[in-house]
Amino acid sequence: MTELELAGQVVELVRRAGGPDAQAEAVVTRADLALTRFANSFIHQNVAESGVGVRLRVHVDGRTAAGSGSEVSLEGLRALVERTLAAARLCPPDPAWPGLTPPTPTAASGPVDEATAYADPDARAERVRAFVEAAGGLEAAGYCRTTHRSSGFANSAGQSAYGHAVEAAMDGIARAGGADGVARLCADRLADIDGAALGARAAAKARAAVAPVELPPGRYEVVFEPAAVADLLQNLSWYGFNGKRHAERQSFADPGTAQFDPAVTVVDDPLAAVDLPFDVEGTPRRRLALVEAGTTAAVVHDRRTAADAGTQSTGHGITGGASFGPIPRNLRLLGSDGTGGDTDGIPGDPAAGAVADRDTAALVAQVARGLLVSDLWYTRVLDPKSLVVTGLTRNGVWLIEDGEVTSPVRDFRFTESYPRALGPGRVLGLGRRPVRQPDRLDGVWWEAPPLRLAEWNFTGGASG
Amino acid sequence: MTEFDAASAAVQAAVDAGARYADARVMQRSYESMSARNGEIEELTQHESIGLGVRALVGSSWGFYAVPDLSDAAARDAGRRAARIAAASARVPGPPIDLVPTEPVTATWASECHIDPLGVPLSDKGDLLVRSTRAIREHGADLAEGLYQIWDTTKWFVSSEGHRIDQRIRECGGGISATSIGDGETQRRSYPSYRGQYGTTGWELVESLDLAAHAARIAEESRELLTAPPCPAGETDLILGGEQLALQIHESVGHAIELDRILGWEAAFAGTSWLDLAQLGSLRYGSELMNVTIDPTIPGALGSFGFDDEGSPAVKRDAVREGRWVGVLAGRDSAAVAGLDYGGSVRSDGWARLPMVRMTNVGLEPGPHTLEEIIAATDHGVLMDINRSWSIDDKRLNFQFGCEVGWEVKRGRRGRMLRNPTYTGIGPLFWRSMDMLSSETVAWGTPNCGKGQPGQTGHTGHPAAPARFRNVRVGVRA
Repeated sequence: MTELELAGQVVELVRRAGGPDAQAEAVVTRADLALTRFANSFIHQNVAESGVGVRLRVHVDGRTAAGSGSEVSLEGLRALVERTLAAARLCPPDPAWPGLTPPTPTAASGPVDEATAYADPDARAERVRAFVEAAGGLEAAGYCRTTHRSSGFANSAGQSAYGHAVEAAMDGIARAGGADGVARLCADRLADIDGAALGARAAAKARAAVAPVELPPGRYEVVFEPAAVADLLQNLSWYGFNGKRHAERQSFADPGTAQFDPAVTVVDDPLAAVDLPFDVEGTPRRRLALVEAGTTAAVVHDRRTAADAGTQSTGHGITGGASFGPIPRNLRLLGSDGTGGDTDGIPGDPAAGAVADRDTAALVAQVARGLLVSDLWYTRVLDPKSLVVTGLTRNGVWLIEDGEVTSPVRDFRFTESYPRALGPGRVLGLGRRPVRQPDRLDGVWWEAPPLRLAEWNFTGGASG
Repeated sequence: MTEFDAASAAVQAAVDAGARYADARVMQRSYESMSARNGEIEELTQHESIGLGVRALVGSSWGFYAVPDLSDAAARDAGRRAARIAAASARVPGPPIDLVPTEPVTATWASECHIDPLGVPLSDKGDLLVRSTRAIREHGADLAEGLYQIWDTTKWFVSSEGHRIDQRIRECGGGISATSIGDGETQRRSYPSYRGQYGTTGWELVESLDLAAHAARIAEESRELLTAPPCPAGETDLILGGEQLALQIHESVGHAIELDRILGWEAAFAGTSWLDLAQLGSLRYGSELMNVTIDPTIPGALGSFGFDDEGSPAVKRDAVREGRWVGVLAGRDSAAVAGLDYGGSVRSDGWARLPMVRMTNVGLEPGPHTLEEIIAATDHGVLMDINRSWSIDDKRLNFQFGCEVGWEVKRGRRGRMLRNPTYTGIGPLFWRSMDMLSSETVAWGTPNCGKGQPGQTGHTGHPAAPARFRNVRVGVRA
């Protein structure tokens, strides 16, 4: 039985058990997930799983409950339906129930690359081997993963949809004398993940990071590489463009206001990758501009937050969204030439050193005195409304003087308001093309070019 | 076919396919959570999952495969696939791997549970959250949140060495929080901590918290914080409440003593550790008041079990004794690499996840003082409690933590409330500055410890009590 047929079966079981007025939506997802992990230059963890999951949400007699399970036999589905209906009947009323997604056409997923969807462990191991060899004797660590999901959605209002998601990603570091260099990339096809290129890039950056000097904390002009910019996008996404936090006045976002520098345009673009064309509520996913030339354009909604705000869902319903709110998870900061991502590989010279691509080199060349930052780490929000975040630099920091990298620098701790750092007048330059960075979760990615900011508030050295 | 049969079939298939060691876990988990917001139920979620994960060691390379199907054919296929994945790992081989010995046992274990949390009517649990969050709103907070979570997990473990262990672990807990929203910032107060208190216990834990009784206080404090003076910036004596000290232990001791991090196995993601195995037994980690144990035998603590997820029995060990680093969290393979003779701290987050080194209960033994004595002995300082933000570097050295609330301490008395309190430091320097420690220990539970790729969420326990640290940098802000 297909995922779509199973989802339809669940909805029918709810109708039979709960009566014709019971509202139900079901998502059935089959997933093949595999991840090959390496450290100390050998594969030390290598995992795969093949599974299926069912998520059901019901609204009956004015009450709502959600249930899920891993059992898709008829007996298992019946048990899921019975316990979810029983839970709903015991719940307090849900007066804010927004109703189900009506029948709405959804886009088709992009083509599945079978070599990625069904990649065997040897294919991932070969990329790891290439990364390790390209590190040229430096210790290497990281992962290569492939994921494939196929998903069917059905609800009792007549909406149904099917789609699939395929992704490959590699993320690794090379280590030289206590200094690490990083390279990571996310793509629709495993064939586009070049382990050797990534390994060479990570090694070049690690070698360029050896023997760092300690600089005093303070406000520095910075050039962030795409991995660091990805962290900005993630935090803006979770805490800023979240329709629930916005409604609760916990977000900085103020649509229609010029809150960012005019160079900043951010879109959520889930279908730029081979991904599911609908959200967990069956609402079609689509490209949505969140910031246009510096002006906040929108926050995202699921059906509940949309009803509350008097608008339409933007297709951002997620599991757990009733608590966390809707979150855009495929953000792109447009490059200076306004293009989408470069998922065919990392542009530039992969063995150059601290500056490993032409986009970053162009930004570095404009800096009189500042810092080049590869990556940010363990960022945590001190206050969600002002989006003040603390965290550390990781995987390489360099001093820039008169347009050139002059010295590696020890890691810093920072405490900074992300919207303020990106505010009007503070973005001094963008690379031309965004590069897709993988998230910890497959299907989530952040696309960004390198970014030059007027200042960043470093509040301490990593050594104290 | 029983769960043990399925696990045995998977192990045998892996061995038949060339594994020199294999183990398998069948795990069945029921999860339930309910959240309330502003006096109404926000979400009720129930999740049921059962499946099998098998791990195979071929030569010195590991493979793991998981499937939600306990049929004989699926189990055998999973075992063969695990062995095949292990063979692929050998394309990029490492040093020889061995496993420290553990007695193969047949055993059954269950956590203590007086009131089955899944047996408590949903309406009762919902009423508690609705009543508590309604009271928070009535007392002036802009946003009232309440949450409980329940896990009921049964595991069947089989290894090619002869282990045959089943365990049932029931965990639950909950909490409430109040948020007040001002111009440009928010202030939050929670009870007993942001996501609540958790343990390997029944619903009696949640009942003992008496959530509704604390609703008015946290609401009023959250509003009061909006106009409280900011925590001053500078160096001062810092008194931490027990909940925040639990977080401090978790981040700057628990993760640092994970042997996989020390060996570099987490270098690209979670990070490494500042600790060097050559200094095990001699390194001064903290002051002589610092006695940290690794103890999965504490009844009711969130990190407790009978056996870890590779069949090692729960054993209490020292991690830090009188300030000296003496022990690590280890697994059978990492211990062998490090030349140690014990594992016992390997856990997996469900049937589909690889068992890996995780914290169990890592906590401070009680000190000789009380919180009131510590405050009375402090001439000038800040008392901070209830974690709000946490950030630490990849070697577990440089940290910056924020708390929900601070209080000025002057001439031995707790004074006015301070907003946005933060403190920062370097782990061993910080721990060496601890000069007073309370005896008022609580085994705090952390249900959201992230580690691993693919990600795993661990449940850990941290016995902790209020303590004082000298000359700490506080008041870091943007």
